[in-house]
This record gives sequence, C-alpha cells and structure tokens, in this order.
Amino acid sequence: MSLKRGIIHLKNPPSILGFSAVAGDMEQSGPLSGKFDKVFKGDMDGEKSFEKAESKMQLCAAEKAIEKANLNPEDIEIAFAGDLLNQCIGTNYGLRELGIPFAGVYGACSTMAESIVISSVFVSSGQVERAIAVTSSHFCASERQFRFPLEYGGQRPPTAQWTATAAGAVVLGKGQSKIKIKSVGVGRIIDYKIKDMNNMGAAMAPAAVDTIVKFLEDTNTTPKDYDLILTGDLGQVGSSILSELMDMEGYPLEGRHSDCGMLLFDRKKQDVHAGGSGCGCSAAVLCADVLDRMSKGNPKKVLFIATGALMSPTSNQQGESIPGVAHLVLLEGE
Amino acid sequence: MDMSYEEYGKLVKKASKGTKMYKTIPSAFLVGGIICTIGEVFRLWFVNMGMEKDHVGMWVSTILIFITAVLTGFGIFHKIAKFGGAGTFVPITGFANSVVSPALEFKVEGFVLGVSSKMFIIAGPVIVYGTIASIAAGIVFYIITLCGGTI
Repeated sequence: MSLKRGIIHLKNPPSILGFSAVAGDMEQSGPLSGKFDKVFKGDMDGEKSFEKAESKMQLCAAEKAIEKANLNPEDIEIAFAGDLLNQCIGTNYGLRELGIPFAGVYGACSTMAESIVISSVFVSSGQVERAIAVTSSHFCASERQFRFPLEYGGQRPPTAQWTATAAGAVVLGKGQSKIKIKSVGVGRIIDYKIKDMNNMGAAMAPAAVDTIVKFLEDTNTTPKDYDLILTGDLGQVGSSILSELMDMEGYPLEGRHSDCGMLLFDRKKQDVHAGGSGCGCSAAVLCADVLDRMSKGNPKKVLFIATGALMSPTSNQQGESIPGVAHLVLLEGE
Repeated sequence: MDMSYEEYGKLVKKASKGTKMYKTIPSAFLVGGIICTIGEVFRLWFVNMGMEKDHVGMWVSTILIFITAVLTGFGIFHKIAKFGGAGTFVPITGFANSVVSPALEFKVEGFVLGVSSKMFIIAGPVIVYGTIASIAAGIVFYIITLCGGTI
C-alpha cells in the first residue's frame, strides 16, 4: 500500500509484451538513428495533411507493437492513447481502423506515461488481460496549432524546444516478459506561474520534482537506487532546473538523470535549441531506446517521468500561466 | 517544493540563456541592409527610367513583396529569416511573409475556410491598427489645414 496520494504499487505487475517507435527523418538523423521500426519521409510522408501523417505514424506504431508482441489487434482488450492536437484527432483517426475499444487520453507531453499508468492499473486489477498505450506528436501539426505557420520567418529563443515527429506504443498484459511495471504515479497539477510558451522546460520542472520526490519518499529510496531517472521533455533548461531543485529537496540526482528531449536530438548538430519536446518525444525514446536496452539487461530499474504543460493557445493569449503535470512509471527488468 | 513564485522566477531566469545578441544584431543589420540595398537598386533603376516619383516607391515595395512571396513559397524565406531576424522582419518583406505563410499552410482546409480566412492571422493586427492610425493622422492633418496650417 502506498502512503502517498496518486502513487500506486501494482499488486500484479503487468509485463511489457511488445513495444515500438516510429519517427520522422529528422529524428532518424539524430542519436537514435536506426532504432526506429519505421521512418516517415518529409513532413507528410505522401499524405495530404500533417494531421493525416501523424495519424499514420500512430497507427503504424500501434500495429508494430502488437506484431512484436506476437498478437493481433483482436487480442488487445483496450487502448489508451492520445496526442497533442485539438480533440486528439491524431489518435482518433489513427486508431480508427484497429477496432480496439478506445479511451482517449490528454496529458500534453505527459501522455505516454499517463497512458501507461492507466493501462497498467487496468491490467494489474485483473479486469483486462492486455492493453495498449499509444502516443504521438508531429512537429508541423503542433506548430500550426500552437505557434506559427511553417514558412513564417521568425526566430526561436534558445530556451525553445522542438516538437518531435514520432510515435510510440507499448502493449501491456499478464504473462512473462523481461520488463515489468512495478509502480505508477499520477502527478498533481503544479503551476509556478511561468508564462513563456518558449520555455516549457521551466514550466514543467516543478511538476517533475513534485512527483519524483513524492515517489522517493513513499518508497523510502533515493535516486541512487535507480539505474536511470528518465524525464520526458524538460530539455536543457528544464533539466538543469530539475537538478538544482532536486538538490534543494535533498535528493541529488547523482548522475542518474537523463531527459528524452536531450536524447532524441543532438543539440550541437541539430537545430533544436533546448532539445526535443512533444508527447512523441518521450514515447519514441522510451520505445526505441530505453525498453530495448532494458530487454537486453541494462538498465534494470528505470523511473520514467513524462511531464506535460497543460496550457492551450487560448489560455496563453488570455494571459494565464502554464500549469505542469508529471506522471511516473517504475519499470523493472529481470 | 518550498519556494515562492518570485524565487522560482529568479532561478528560471538564471537557468535560461538569452539570445546571443552579439550574433543576432550584426546578422540582422547585414540582412536588413542587403534587402534595403536591393530595394535601392530598383529605386534608382526606376528613377533613371524616368518613372514618376510617386510611383517609384509603390513599385519598389511591390517587387520586394513579390520576391518574398516567391521565396516563402519555395521554403527559402524562413531560412533567411532564421539568420536575419529583425533584418527580414522589419522591412516590408516580413509583412509579406506573414501573409503568404499562413495562406500556404492552411490550403489543406480549402480556399474559403483555409487560405482566405487564415491569410491575415498574423498580419491582421498590423492592417487594422495601421488603418486606424492612418485615419487618426488624416483627421489631425485635416484640422491643421482647417486652421490654416501646413505640414
């Protein structure tokens, strides 16, 4: 039993049966090159719109994950999935033809962790045998919704992050596998009154601290007890703030921390400023790299914390600050 | 986290690097200068051709707008703007780009609900307040001439 609200230690830890990540060509030319199950060409990959291209990526990630789990879509009882677009159309149209009972999830960039959290609890409770968690984001589709048209000639400040064009999917279920989900944590909405849409890392870092500290206190552990503490998309700015805040909280990260936004792109060679972002960023890094390495035996114990900035262009224009949230998943390899 | 919003704001400011102005200001100056030089070349050419003085300014602007629109369409303008910053934004080229770029992007939503309705999402305020400012200036000018003054 957990003593903290939102932290759930799973009675029957679900296994990760299959996982897959797909991405665009910019991600493919980054440090994770060659690790994606499929690479989509250009902004649209032959589709008529960015949104259609995102749906195609999401469907592809889901199908590959199910295939790698040696299952058929009919074997999956429920899907929890989402993306960044209004009304989650990337997901709604992407998973339309799979025929899996579907519940949409919106957690901004924390959506991958949130979908895994919900799927894990469903499977652990025994109500469902197998579930799938899917998440995607698309640079162009997000830019036109949240910022400016692609061809608009503007400059991005150094704190800005680059929305990943990527999707990831994880199939969870009962049964044996090399990776299990032991605990999950649902974060609180934390708002430290940051208003700059070009500094999302700073807006989300306090939420990550809140969830991580809550989990460490509950389990009576320190960062040293984990092989990897993987945050979603804090980027360079958010990561340095996280490190400073964790020191203040008395839980120094001791070199155990990595951020998906910093792993997906090479900040020196690629023009991404403070790093990658978007819910496809953490989904792709988790499914293309981390789970793959875990299934080979190293790292063994991973705390995955995806952070989300819960604003909309409307709230931002109305002068509201950016609330953050962070959801946590404890992954353990055998 | 035991920290006030102000304290956190200070911490964020310290962690967030600002724009490298020693790089961006010279590049803006250079690119802006080149654009204005191109405009000047056309101006002198038109003047030498014997074009009326009132028409020259209009034609120079039109040509710069046309070049920007073509470069935006070919996906080149935003690359220049990334380097040039205010150098491309401040001349009429920035305005042209801000109209053409949404028009292109929203073509998927059709010509009525997409292109034409989204065309002015960025430039709209400039047009609205530019018009209001012109009207205000016109009224002031009119009152001055009524009182017998000249500008």
